Amino acid sequence: MSTRLATGGRLIDRTKPLNFTFNGKRLRGFAGDTLASALLGANQMLLGRSFKYHRPRGLVGSGVEEPNALVGLGRSGRFEPDQRTTTTELFDGAETVSQNHWPTLDLDIGVVNNWAYRFLPAGFYYKTFMFPRFAWKHLFEPIVRRSAGLGRAPSLRDEDRYEQAYGFCDVLVAGGGVAGLAAALAAARKGARVIVLEQTAHWGGRAPVDGGTIDGQSPDDWIRNTLQTIEKMENVTLRRRCMAAGLYDHGYVLGYEQIADTTPGDGRPRHRLWRIRAARVVTATGALERPLAFAGNDVPGVMLASGLRDYLVNWAVSPGDRTVIVTNNDDAYRTALALHEAGLVVPAILDARASVTGALPDAARALGIRVLEGRGIAKVHGGKRVTGVSVCAQAGEGSVLEDIACDAVAMSGGWSPIVHLWSHCGGKLLWDAPRAMFRPDAARPPTGADGQPMAVAVGAANGVFALSAILAEAKDTAPAPAIPAPDDEAPMAPVWVMPQGAPDALRYKMWLDFQNDVKVSDVQLAAREGYASVEHTKRYTTLGMATDQGKLSNINGLAILSDALGQPIPATGTTTFRPPYTPISFGAIAGEARGEIFQPLRRTPMHEWHATHGAHWEPVGLWRRPYTYLRHGEGLHDSVRREVRNTRAAVGLLDASTLGKIVVKGPDAGKFLDMLYTNMMSTLPVGKCRYGLMCSENGFLSDDGVVVRLSEDSWLCHTTSGGADRIHGWMEDWLQCEWWDWKVHTVNLTEQFAQVAVVGPNARKLLEKLGGMDVSAAALPFMTFTEGVLAGIRARVFRISFSGELSYEIAVPASEGMAFWTACLQAGEDLGLMPYGTEALHIMRAEKGFIMIGDETDGTVIPQDLGLGWAISKKKADYLGKRAQERAHMANPDRWQLVGLETLDGSVLPDGVLALAAGVNGNGQKNTQGRVTSTYFSPTLNKGIAMGLVRHGPQRMGEVLDFPTEGGKVVQARICDPVFYDKDGEKQNV
Amino acid sequence: MRRYSVFAVAREALRFHQGWARAWANPEPKKRYDVVIVGAGGHGLATAYYLGKNYGIRNVAIVEKGWLGGGNTGRNTTIIRSNYLQDPSAAIYEKARSLYEGLSQDLNYNVMFSPRGLLMLGQTEHEVRGYKRTVWANNLQGIETEWIDTARVQKLVPIMNTLGPRYPVLGALYQARGGTARHDAVAWGYARACSDMGMDILQNCEVTGVRSAAGQVQGIDTSRGPIDCGKLAIVVAGHSSVLAEMAGFRLPIESMALQALVSEPIKPCMDVVVMANTVHGYMSQSDKGEMVIGGGTDGFNNYTQRGSWQHVEETVRALIETFPMLSRLKMMRQWGGIVDMTGDRSPILSTTPLGNCFVNCGWGTGGFKAIPGSGWAMAELVAKGTPGPLAAEFGLNRFKEGRFIDESVAAGVAH
Repeated sequence: MSTRLATGGRLIDRTKPLNFTFNGKRLRGFAGDTLASALLGANQMLLGRSFKYHRPRGLVGSGVEEPNALVGLGRSGRFEPDQRTTTTELFDGAETVSQNHWPTLDLDIGVVNNWAYRFLPAGFYYKTFMFPRFAWKHLFEPIVRRSAGLGRAPSLRDEDRYEQAYGFCDVLVAGGGVAGLAAALAAARKGARVIVLEQTAHWGGRAPVDGGTIDGQSPDDWIRNTLQTIEKMENVTLRRRCMAAGLYDHGYVLGYEQIADTTPGDGRPRHRLWRIRAARVVTATGALERPLAFAGNDVPGVMLASGLRDYLVNWAVSPGDRTVIVTNNDDAYRTALALHEAGLVVPAILDARASVTGALPDAARALGIRVLEGRGIAKVHGGKRVTGVSVCAQAGEGSVLEDIACDAVAMSGGWSPIVHLWSHCGGKLLWDAPRAMFRPDAARPPTGADGQPMAVAVGAANGVFALSAILAEAKDTAPAPAIPAPDDEAPMAPVWVMPQGAPDALRYKMWLDFQNDVKVSDVQLAAREGYASVEHTKRYTTLGMATDQGKLSNINGLAILSDALGQPIPATGTTTFRPPYTPISFGAIAGEARGEIFQPLRRTPMHEWHATHGAHWEPVGLWRRPYTYLRHGEGLHDSVRREVRNTRAAVGLLDASTLGKIVVKGPDAGKFLDMLYTNMMSTLPVGKCRYGLMCSENGFLSDDGVVVRLSEDSWLCHTTSGGADRIHGWMEDWLQCEWWDWKVHTVNLTEQFAQVAVVGPNARKLLEKLGGMDVSAAALPFMTFTEGVLAGIRARVFRISFSGELSYEIAVPASEGMAFWTACLQAGEDLGLMPYGTEALHIMRAEKGFIMIGDETDGTVIPQDLGLGWAISKKKADYLGKRAQERAHMANPDRWQLVGLETLDGSVLPDGVLALAAGVNGNGQKNTQGRVTSTYFSPTLNKGIAMGLVRHGPQRMGEVLDFPTEGGKVVQARICDPVFYDKDGEKQNV
Repeated sequence: MRRYSVFAVAREALRFHQGWARAWANPEPKKRYDVVIVGAGGHGLATAYYLGKNYGIRNVAIVEKGWLGGGNTGRNTTIIRSNYLQDPSAAIYEKARSLYEGLSQDLNYNVMFSPRGLLMLGQTEHEVRGYKRTVWANNLQGIETEWIDTARVQKLVPIMNTLGPRYPVLGALYQARGGTARHDAVAWGYARACSDMGMDILQNCEVTGVRSAAGQVQGIDTSRGPIDCGKLAIVVAGHSSVLAEMAGFRLPIESMALQALVSEPIKPCMDVVVMANTVHGYMSQSDKGEMVIGGGTDGFNNYTQRGSWQHVEETVRALIETFPMLSRLKMMRQWGGIVDMTGDRSPILSTTPLGNCFVNCGWGTGGFKAIPGSGWAMAELVAKGTPGPLAAEFGLNRFKEGRFIDESVAAGVAH
């Protein structure tokens, strides 16, 4: 059984016991435990079920590499599936549940998949489940989906919060082990600003567990002394529990900091995401031990030798009483020594190497531990727990030489440098054949903005394991010319399959990817079937696609693939290393931007007033605008109709502040605007307004608005609310990329001004009441503007109309917006003033036949389609879109053109409905001859009105078109003039 | 070709699956083929398959720089739909969708087409109008879509927050027969069928030049030697401009990285595909349980198939607002694919200035769903030398004529 030892444990504090639960069972650990060490200390070896065969699974490792021991953690709004127990620090009250089983962890029906394993090899689903056709969706897929997946989906809104931060440094060191700390110290002494990120809660990495001496000190002493030195340096920032998750272009590093995982609900953000720009990155990310592939290597109790050692030394937990060690290298002997020191039994060390000499094996032998050379494991015995192993010759086919009873197995297949960060942004690897590892190729590093190497790998991440060499290397952060063997260690011997000549029956029980249930036989099947690219093998077998992303399985898998293909390992290569290094929370990725501010929220100066006066909001870009102002008990339709009728009869007030306002200024401003707009803007007299159109290079109408000439060299361009930022960007694009020598300056003043439209027959009276300016027809005729003071506030007054009524738009400084709005409300009290929203605005413009960008236009419509030829200057040599509009299809008289549409029965045409034409096209689709672009119930005319684009429309006045709608119904509408209201413009020109 | 079936799997199980043959052969290049297709992605392989199946042209090579299916076919978010607004788009995507319905049986390879239903959320008045317009258009195009209200959206997607403070869900454009498929399997299934017809799939074979004489294509130079051909089809998505340059013409294509990512696997929690174009993100759940998430394209042209960061944040924020439970899940992996964008965001299936050289590209962010239809139409174009009705509107000349097929009003930017 696994148990907590009576003494030891360098990371736990036995004076601080912590309570937690696993599947409802109350258990106990200590401060300093991980969930994994606490569970193991409580003899909980069985922790989950595998993905495909639902085999019982326990811990394999002790860190980020762990594929099996994932649990659901927490409850309700803090429940989270797939939490890796090995990297989750224990806290009091933690609630955990195991995953992927039904009904219970011990008795899982899904294990039938395991009995049928022979029928479920890699990719069996590509060859089956095809008949009958509907069965995949309705029968097979639901079964597959329920059987797959891991943890339960959370269902509630996250109760925690997250934050993001930026960092900048000369040198970012990823990893706080000996190599990382030494490199940080060396860089800091040269005066560099240094940030060190360490993913665990502890500095020093593996060294304190593995032992040895550094600069004549014990690892613990060296780490303590080095940290003391570094902490005094102002140019170094140390961050624990913060993983370097990804390296992106130009030294952009993502740091994933876990702050309050162990103190849920304490008010602090749970995670913090660092976006760090580093001039250079040192990857000191260490190495991962590889499993060995022998039959039954997934039975709970079979662990990595280094992981088992971690549990012993760091947390004083023994996974078993009798631990067999199986290895191909010297490092695993350290585990044997540690077990012996803890008073536990090591019945044998099975070493695949034919002859073993060296300090570590000698030390083991000296303690009386049996060292069997040239031996391996033929088979592990046990179901939910190891009960023993059968020993065989590594060189043979698996004949059993001896059975050894044991309750744990520690395996080591050698070490692989962690090259993820190095590789994320293009760093290349080389194959180090003697030590069977891919390590960073210093000659082909990722490069930064300056084309220089952006990263350097040090320590185990660079394949340098000897402590003395690590120190030397870190000091000059230059790769060691020749990589020395680890201190006092004999060379390892690559072992990819154990035993070498294992028959099918054994290879079907050798796991490579523990979580996804990918075995040696699966990779060999993929090779046999021609899925020979390492990417094909990965995708066909799902090797390395689990939550550990192949940390334990990749190298073993591609070695087996290479062997099956008869090619060297470097010819096979690796799959792509992609960020993040280990999964990071979506909460952290979103950061503070959630809820109402998940995107920036823009508010006009009158926003609060709208909110407290019944505004029913409509999102417009990042703004929110009142769709209408609901009065008590009123429905949306009634409210909108009231606003329209009141504006037409008395006076209405619209918050038009969202309207884009871009000032274009300079000696070449007129020339520039002549290119930008289809109209001639350079000849607009000062004080006058002109309705202008903008087209894309392809000739399509992209925006419209009133342009005002403020002074000799300044124009004010109004854009649509949604278009302001896009149009400003469009202007700058041309000025910066094409016409960079034109003397033009643009500034987007949209938010600097509040704009209010006073609309309706009483509009002039209202302005007169505000006082301070002559707004008479003579002083301020239609399509002019003036500046002055209104209601004591500096104002620009534009006499323009988007409703067909007498109308003024008044711009005041944003800070005065609310005051001006209030002044208007007061002045309008006895003039019948009511505010109106966007829907009333839309209806009134449609009644007048005014087009709306986004309704009458959709990126395929040119001004000529909309009867706006009058706004296209014939005098100009060029404007954006002119050449495009001369192309054959643009000049085609068959293009659909703008008309009005009125239903024969007065009903409202549905939005976007199409007019049917005779016959079908070459693809069998019914032909059409027009469509509805805007359609409303007109409160003014008391019937449905619509605008639409119809083939040859303007020449077909009075014709009736058929519009098929739901359920085969047809609505008939007559083509008419799009101006439904006040055709002669008598209302606005008073 | 040995047929795949549950019985074949059972028979093989008895001998530890030692008897399976290669899914596709690994031949040496021949000196000449009637047709050479550059690009062994879904579109290239489908083109080859329908050339053989519909036109009996089987002396075909499909040359591939890397491994087959390794471009956008193996990098997309596997969404299949045909709820397009414009007639030409609707026709070719619906052709593709309907071919997907029977593709597993046709290829004898389970591509796991899952018509699980697809929702495009309406979150502004403007978007609602656009989708309603699409429904009317689809009705006349023979495509089954409908506008559904918020209550029905909520019922189809219980994990959705339809009452968000910024962009409440006002309804959705629903295509019940839209869904997903296993992207790799589509490439592998076509590859196996092509190989079975005697076509040569040449992997690790990079094209280094296009040879021509008198305005007619003669062949290509590759890293595995020169290959002559009667006709040449360029079907290489993100690198189309590079190939076109070798063939001596230019394409109106910009190449950018499109970002995608997946969560860790969880038990089934969402049965449909959801696209939210106002907030800009889309999501479905893979059969393995990962939440598969698509986002935007990078704002700059490039050829690196890498994940970048900024768009990921925007996409994740949008999706957490739409699916609050997502906040407690973790991102497992992110990546990028190079998409080939045209000016109107619609594809190019066209003859080219070089005789007997044809191009199929410009599928941008939405190519996976089109694979069977694209291959079908491209095969017709290559076989006959002129486009059939499916491809007719997608010629290069449309850019000269200004005859754009712009879906932006209905498709948003995402596919």
